[in-house]
Amino acid sequence: MSEGDLVELAARLAERARAGEHLEIAAGRGLSTTVKAYDGEVESFTSAESFGVGIRVLIERDGGLSQGFAHAGSFDPDVLEETLQEARDNATFAEPDPFAGLATPDGRVPVHQDLWRGELLGTSTEAKIDLALQLERATRSAHAAVKGVRSASYGDSAGEMALVSTAGIRAYGRSTSCWLSVSCMAGDENETHTGYGVAVGREPGSLDVSAVAEEAVTQAVRLIGARQVPSQRLALVLEPKLAATVLAIIGSMLCGDAVVKGRSPFADRLGQAIAAPLLSLADDPTDARSLGADAYDGEGLACRRNVLITDGVLSSFLHNSYTGRRAGTNSTASAVRGSRSLPGVGPQALAVVPGATSYEQLLAGVDHGILVQSMAGLHSGVNTTSGDFSVGAEGLMIRHGALAEPVREVTIASTLPRLLLDLVGVASEITWLPDGSGSAALVFGEVALSGS
Amino acid sequence: MLDSDLIQRTLELAAGRGADLAELFVEDVRSSSASLDDGRIEELVSGRDRGAGIRVMIGERTGFAHTADLSPEGLAETARVAAASARGATGESRRVAVGGSPRAYAAPVRIDPSTVGKADKVALLRRADDAARAGYAAVSQVAARYGDVRRRVLVANTNGVFATDDLTKTSFSVSVVAKGDTGMQTGRHSVGRVAGFELFDVAHGGYDVEELARLASGRAIRKLDARPAPSGALAVVIAGGSGGVLFHEACGHGLEADLVDKGASVFAGRRGEKVASELVTLVDDATMVGEWGYFGIDDEGHAATRNVLIERGVLSDYLYDGQQSRKAGRGGSGNGRRQSYRHLPMVRMTNTYITGGDSDPADIIAATDFGVYIAQLGGGQVNTASGDFVFGMTEAYLIEGGVITEALRDANLIGNGPAALAAIDAVGNDFSMGYPGTCGKDGQGVPVGMGTPTLRVPSLTIGGTAP
Repeated sequence: MSEGDLVELAARLAERARAGEHLEIAAGRGLSTTVKAYDGEVESFTSAESFGVGIRVLIERDGGLSQGFAHAGSFDPDVLEETLQEARDNATFAEPDPFAGLATPDGRVPVHQDLWRGELLGTSTEAKIDLALQLERATRSAHAAVKGVRSASYGDSAGEMALVSTAGIRAYGRSTSCWLSVSCMAGDENETHTGYGVAVGREPGSLDVSAVAEEAVTQAVRLIGARQVPSQRLALVLEPKLAATVLAIIGSMLCGDAVVKGRSPFADRLGQAIAAPLLSLADDPTDARSLGADAYDGEGLACRRNVLITDGVLSSFLHNSYTGRRAGTNSTASAVRGSRSLPGVGPQALAVVPGATSYEQLLAGVDHGILVQSMAGLHSGVNTTSGDFSVGAEGLMIRHGALAEPVREVTIASTLPRLLLDLVGVASEITWLPDGSGSAALVFGEVALSGS
Repeated sequence: MLDSDLIQRTLELAAGRGADLAELFVEDVRSSSASLDDGRIEELVSGRDRGAGIRVMIGERTGFAHTADLSPEGLAETARVAAASARGATGESRRVAVGGSPRAYAAPVRIDPSTVGKADKVALLRRADDAARAGYAAVSQVAARYGDVRRRVLVANTNGVFATDDLTKTSFSVSVVAKGDTGMQTGRHSVGRVAGFELFDVAHGGYDVEELARLASGRAIRKLDARPAPSGALAVVIAGGSGGVLFHEACGHGLEADLVDKGASVFAGRRGEKVASELVTLVDDATMVGEWGYFGIDDEGHAATRNVLIERGVLSDYLYDGQQSRKAGRGGSGNGRRQSYRHLPMVRMTNTYITGGDSDPADIIAATDFGVYIAQLGGGQVNTASGDFVFGMTEAYLIEGGVITEALRDANLIGNGPAALAAIDAVGNDFSMGYPGTCGKDGQGVPVGMGTPTLRVPSLTIGGTAP
C-alpha cells in the first residue's frame, strides 16, 4: 500500500468539480484476515482485500447547498464514474440547507499518531492460526466447569483512507489492528452460562491469549448457580467494559446531530450540572493510549481534545462541520464515517477522568447492590430521546461490601439523566478498551432491579 | 452475472485436488435511499456493491476469500487464496462441470423502483412529514426514510449447484418525537416487502405513507402521558404481528443447528420432546412471497423451503445450512444465509411465525385480570445457551380487570425461552406478520420476517421502575 496513489485517486475525482459544485472524496482500502478455531482445528480462514469510495456532492442553490452522496465498493473507473454521476443526481433532489457544506481547514495542526505496525503484515498465516488455536486450548483448559468453546477467533486488518475535498482538505491515514475473541460455555448438566473475552491491539505481539481466555471463563464460571431474585432497589456496580457501554450511550446524547435536531434531553443544558460532580468526561483522539486515536476526523480536520462534562457540568457538545454551523459554533473535529457513509458525529476516544478511590474500596463500600457483568437488549430498551433505560442483566449480588450469589433473568432500569445524577463512585484505575474508550468501574446509588 | 466458462475455471482452481466442496458466490447490489429529517429532504444516497466470495471446504476446515475484482485474474487470485486458506492441495485441477444456464429465480416486481423518479420517492417523505405533524401539536420532530435495494446473486459449486436469484426490496419508515411536560417520547412505524414501488400503490393494497406517519405520531403522543412500566413478573398479552420477535428470540435462534451442534442451545438433543405449550406451532418459511425474509434460493443455492420447527408444542426439527446438514447426514433446510459476498454463510432464520389459534383476541384481554398489553415490540436478544431472552416494548398499556387502561413507558422484558414457551396459555385467531426486521448473529445482519397472532404468557418479568 502507498499513500500517494490513494490520495491521487481521491484528488483526481475532486478535480472533476464543476462551477458551483463542491466535492469531497473518501477512498479507503483494506486487507483483512480472520481465523476461527473450533475443537482444536481451524474451522475457517478468511482473507480479503476490500475497497470503498464515497463521493459527497454539494451544489449551490437558492441560498444554500443541497447534498448528494453515493458510494461503491470498487475503484473500477466505470464504477467511479457512475458513482460521481449518482451523487450529483442525488444532490439535485435534496433541499438546499443554509448550514450544509464541507469542512474547511481550521488551522489546527494534526497530532500524528503511530497507528501502523509493519510487523502485522509480516505475520505468517501459521502464526495467526496458532493464536486462535492457543486461545481455544487456553479457554478449554482454564477451568473444569468449561463445557465448550463456541468460537475462538483471531482477526486483523490493515486499512488506509484518503480524504480530499474542494474546500482544501487533503488528509491521509493508515492503521493496523488485530484482535482475539472467545465465547465459552460453563456449567453442569442442568445449566449453561456464557462468558466472553476480547483483546485488541495494533500488532499480534500485544495480544495476551491467557488474559482473554481468563476473562471469558471467569464470567461464565461465576454465573454457575445463578437464579432470578425478587424485584428490589439497589446500587449498581459496573466494571470498566460495561461502564464504557453506558458512557458511550451518554456520549451519543451529547452529539451535535441529536442536539440540533431536538432529540437529546440534554440539548438545552449547556453550562448546567447534569451529573454528579465526580464525573468528568472527555473525548481525546490525540491520546495515543486509546485504540481510537487518530490524526484526522471523518471530514479531514485535526482531531483534538474535547471535554464534554467537567465536574458534573455539561461543558461541550461534539460537532461535525454541519452541526457546528447549525449550533452557531465550530466543528469539534468529531465527524465519524467510513467510505460508505456520510460523516456523522461521534466520540472516538471517550474517556472518564479516574476518581481517587480504588475499585476494591468502592466495592467494599456497597452495602446492597449488584455487579452487572453483561447487559442484553441495549438496542431495544435504551431510548436516548426519552431517556428510558431498561436492560436484561446477569451478574453477582453485592452484600455488605462483598460479592455474593450469582443472578440471572433480571432487568436493571432507571433513566439516563437519573443514572448520571446517581453516580456515587468512579474508580481510580483506567482501562483502555477495544472500542477506543478509556473507562473505569462506576457505582450508581440506586436502580430498579426487576425479577420474580 | 458471469459466463459459465469463467465460473467453471474459477471453481476448478478453487477445488484443486483435495476439496470436498468449492463454491463461488457472486453478488451485485444496487441501493438507493432518501431521507427527510427536521423538515428537510436531507440525504439521497446511492450505493453499488458487487463482488465474489469463494469458499473451499476440506473436512471441517473452510477457506474463504472475497474480492470486488470480478475479472478472470481477480477471481483466479481469490480462488488460489481460498484454496490455500483451506490448506488445499495444489497441482493439477479437477474437472468441474458447470453446464448450461443456471436455475434462475426472481421475485415478482410490478413497479421497478429504478424506473421511478427520485422526485416521486422524495414526495413520499414530504407527505409523511406533513401527516405526522398535521393536527399533532406535540410532535416536535419527524424523520422519514425511503429505501430500495436490488440484490442479484449467483451461486455455483462443485456439487452441481448453479442458480441465481434476483430480489428487489422496498421499505419506508417514520420516526417521530413528541414533546410535553414530562419530556420527550418517540414513536416509530416501518414497513417493507420484497416488492417494488407498488408498496405504495394504495389502490392495489399498498401502504398509505400518511397513515404510517399518523401511526408513529399517535404512539409518541400517547406515551407523553405514560406512567413508568411496572417492575416485576406480570401476565403479558402480546398483539399479533411484531409479537413474532418473542419467538425469534425465545426459540428461533436456539433451533439453529450450528448452535445446537456446539452445545450452545437449551434446545439441543430435544427433538421429539415437548418444548412448548400445545398451542404453539412454529414455522420458518422462506417461501412466503413478498415477506421481508423471502428468497428464491438461500445464499448456498438451496431452494427456499417451509420448515415446521415446533408442531403443537413438540420440537420437530432444527434449521440447517449446507455444512450442518452434511454433518448431520441429512438434507438441507435452505437456511444458509449471509449478509454479503464478504461473509461466510451460516444457519439463519427467514420468516418465522406462530400459526393462528382459536381465541378471540378481545377475549384474551378480557380474561386477563392484571397485566400488560404490548401493542408493538422493539427488537430483542437471546443467550441461546441459557435460554434467557429480552425484547423491548415500544407501545404498551396496563390491563386492569380485563380492560386496557393506561399507557406505559418503554422497557425491556426478560424471560427464559423454554419456560415462556411452555407457559403460553392463549393464542388468538388474528395472525399477522410484523414489521421488517434485521436479525444479527456473529456480526452479520440479514433481513427476516416475523409473525404471530395475539397471545398470552401468564408471567414474564417486566423491566420497568414502578413498584
